[in-house]
Amino acid sequence: MDFALTEEHLMIRDSAREFAERSLRPNAARLDAAEEFPVDAIKEAAEHGFLGLTVPEEYGGAGLGNLHASILLEEINAADPSVGVTISVHMSLFCSMLAKHGTEQQKSKYLPLLASGELIGAYCLTEPNAGSDAAAVITKAVKVDGGYTLTGTKSWVTTGPHAGLFVVYAVTDPDAPKGKGMSAFIVEAAYDGVSAGKKEEKMGLRASSTTEIILDDVFVPEENVVGELNKGFNIALDTLDGGRIGIASQAVGIHRACLEASIKYSSQREQFGKPINRFQAIAFMMADMATDLEAARLLVHKAAWLRDNGLPCTKECSMAKLFASRACNKAAQDAVQIHGGAGYTKEFDVERYFRDARITEIYEGVTDVQRIVISRNL
Amino acid sequence: MSDLVTNFDLSEEQEMIRDTVRQFAREVIAPGAAHADEHKELNEAAWDGMVELCLPGLPFSEEWGGAGFDNLSYSIAVEEISRVCGSMGLTLAAHVSLGTWPIYAFGSQALKERYLPGLCSGEFMGAYALTEPGAGSDSASTQTTAVLDGDEYIINGAKCFTTNGSYSKCFVITVQTNAELGSKGIMAMVIDRDQPGFIIEPGEEKLGMRGSDWVNLVFQNCRVPKDAVLGEEGEGFSTFMKTLEGGRISIAALSLGIAQGALDQALAYSNEREQFGMSLNKHQAVAFKLADMETEIQAARHMVYHASRLKDAGRAYGAAAATAKYFASEVAMRATYEAIQIFGGNGYSREYPVERMYRDAKLCVIGEGTSEVQKIIISRDLLKRFASNNG
Repeated sequence: MDFALTEEHLMIRDSAREFAERSLRPNAARLDAAEEFPVDAIKEAAEHGFLGLTVPEEYGGAGLGNLHASILLEEINAADPSVGVTISVHMSLFCSMLAKHGTEQQKSKYLPLLASGELIGAYCLTEPNAGSDAAAVITKAVKVDGGYTLTGTKSWVTTGPHAGLFVVYAVTDPDAPKGKGMSAFIVEAAYDGVSAGKKEEKMGLRASSTTEIILDDVFVPEENVVGELNKGFNIALDTLDGGRIGIASQAVGIHRACLEASIKYSSQREQFGKPINRFQAIAFMMADMATDLEAARLLVHKAAWLRDNGLPCTKECSMAKLFASRACNKAAQDAVQIHGGAGYTKEFDVERYFRDARITEIYEGVTDVQRIVISRNL
Repeated sequence: MSDLVTNFDLSEEQEMIRDTVRQFAREVIAPGAAHADEHKELNEAAWDGMVELCLPGLPFSEEWGGAGFDNLSYSIAVEEISRVCGSMGLTLAAHVSLGTWPIYAFGSQALKERYLPGLCSGEFMGAYALTEPGAGSDSASTQTTAVLDGDEYIINGAKCFTTNGSYSKCFVITVQTNAELGSKGIMAMVIDRDQPGFIIEPGEEKLGMRGSDWVNLVFQNCRVPKDAVLGEEGEGFSTFMKTLEGGRISIAALSLGIAQGALDQALAYSNEREQFGMSLNKHQAVAFKLADMETEIQAARHMVYHASRLKDAGRAYGAAAATAKYFASEVAMRATYEAIQIFGGNGYSREYPVERMYRDAKLCVIGEGTSEVQKIIISRDLLKRFASNNG
């Protein structure tokens, strides 16, 4: 057992923290209020090489793993979870998916562009009637000369109109049992017939862009099928294991921001003649918050370590996501509580953390889906 | 009188209020709730409808233009409105319990004549200003000062988070007359909106209850006649504490309504939404969430109605109000949180009301005494009774 992070881990943490404090935190409230996609922040993250962190070196990335990514994402999310989710989806649901399942041709064509941030990746699985029941997708891919034509509507696509590449899961064998006839396709945003639909008005993560992606008779060349035909659902699920590490890391980041804000406010705010952190009611809330944070982070790091070592990790990824997202929401509720009336206003960041935290228990598998995964693996 | 608090049936009058307000809330308030939240503006048409139903004066005697109903009827009205719109529930609760009741209970004949008819008819709203930037949970540390100068007090200081302020004609405020006396030096006064030296500033943007108005108040050498004092000098703080006891029942009713509204939404959505080939409510995980919500809401309703009945019976209700407020507001947090969970991604979207309900619910565990303040009250009451029983 060795809980120490390597120098390389610490270097990533420090450079990500420096970037987050300098370029993300000062703008987060403004971008949230304006619902403005953080174009400059994503560009700067690309310049730091963060977008290609997990892309193999031969394709222009840093060739690092899930634990490195988790450490990076905690820092980014502690400052701005809207930027955090954009990077997490790009990294874990696109880059890592392609690096693992893509052909040599797909990888050499797309990974360098993804690593440099020239193209941002997005993930299209969910549909209006396929949420938790993801195998129920009806977007169809019909075989034509030289490829497939895709038709359907994908919902809740993170990064939507700002993405350059989508991985789209569509039905290639409608007669196969549910989930057995689905394939994964790389779809360029520039292809004819791809458009962004309705933009979601969300409680939080308001600077991230979440839209429908509409596929209207989109021709996708044969060579853009990822992995084996009709085995796409397995890729979708395997990818989500990694994605859950990303979202769990996001939860850890928001959780830490809540704790840090609470420590700061409770040491400055005086009531009944002393700083409120001297009251057990407040101090114990923070003790629980800190303990939960530690537990969540350890679960996330363990899941990332398992995945980096090629060990089975499906159950552990779900456990990390389940625990970290719930703990994060408790922390956000308590952080607002510690701030009292002030925390209910936009003068303090905890108001935003409270709204941002709520999504971590929903996307990339709601909590009950994590429980399905965990219980089936027992 | 013995069955006063064990009779769980509603009277015909109480049922009538419930049915009338329920229908009104669904037809008139609900359609505008999302708009009010999004645009951060009070739904004035909804208030006008509440005025027509005589809700602003519901629990006050007809002598002052009130409707003469009991406090339980009033709690039920707040509950039914909050079920579709927390902001309008809060508007009514703050107007009745905080803005009007202290004048009704403690005001001089002159003050009552000046303000109660307008408050009861809903011509204008009432507001209550206790909280200051430096005096939140520690409300006795009021820094706003009142210095006697002839027949007038000169007021200086600032108040924050004053609900309904933009629409209020009169403001019940606390001031410190003599800092050396601590809470005994606190006095309550009613200040008219038009008083020179009294400035009303817009409040900060809020997480929720965005369709409810709040303002910040500034007093700069504001001169107020002596007859604006509410109750006896030196008893201002207890006047405020008593006002808050009633206010807590209303926030408990508000919480109860929000929780019930979240359950209403979760029931409808889980019945209609299918995943894995069946409606969501056929999955145990979802059905059991609904069962937990229902159980907690029933318990909260008993507590809210019990506290209301105690007040109607003229019995002490401070501790009952605190337990009801603490419990019901936490139930509202859990119910709205779980309702979003049942809605999944849609629950995070502003297209469905549960997203707003969760943000609104968070006010309930903070306003009119945080959950922590309620626990101070509940535990002190408990320890006092323990000590007196064990002499």
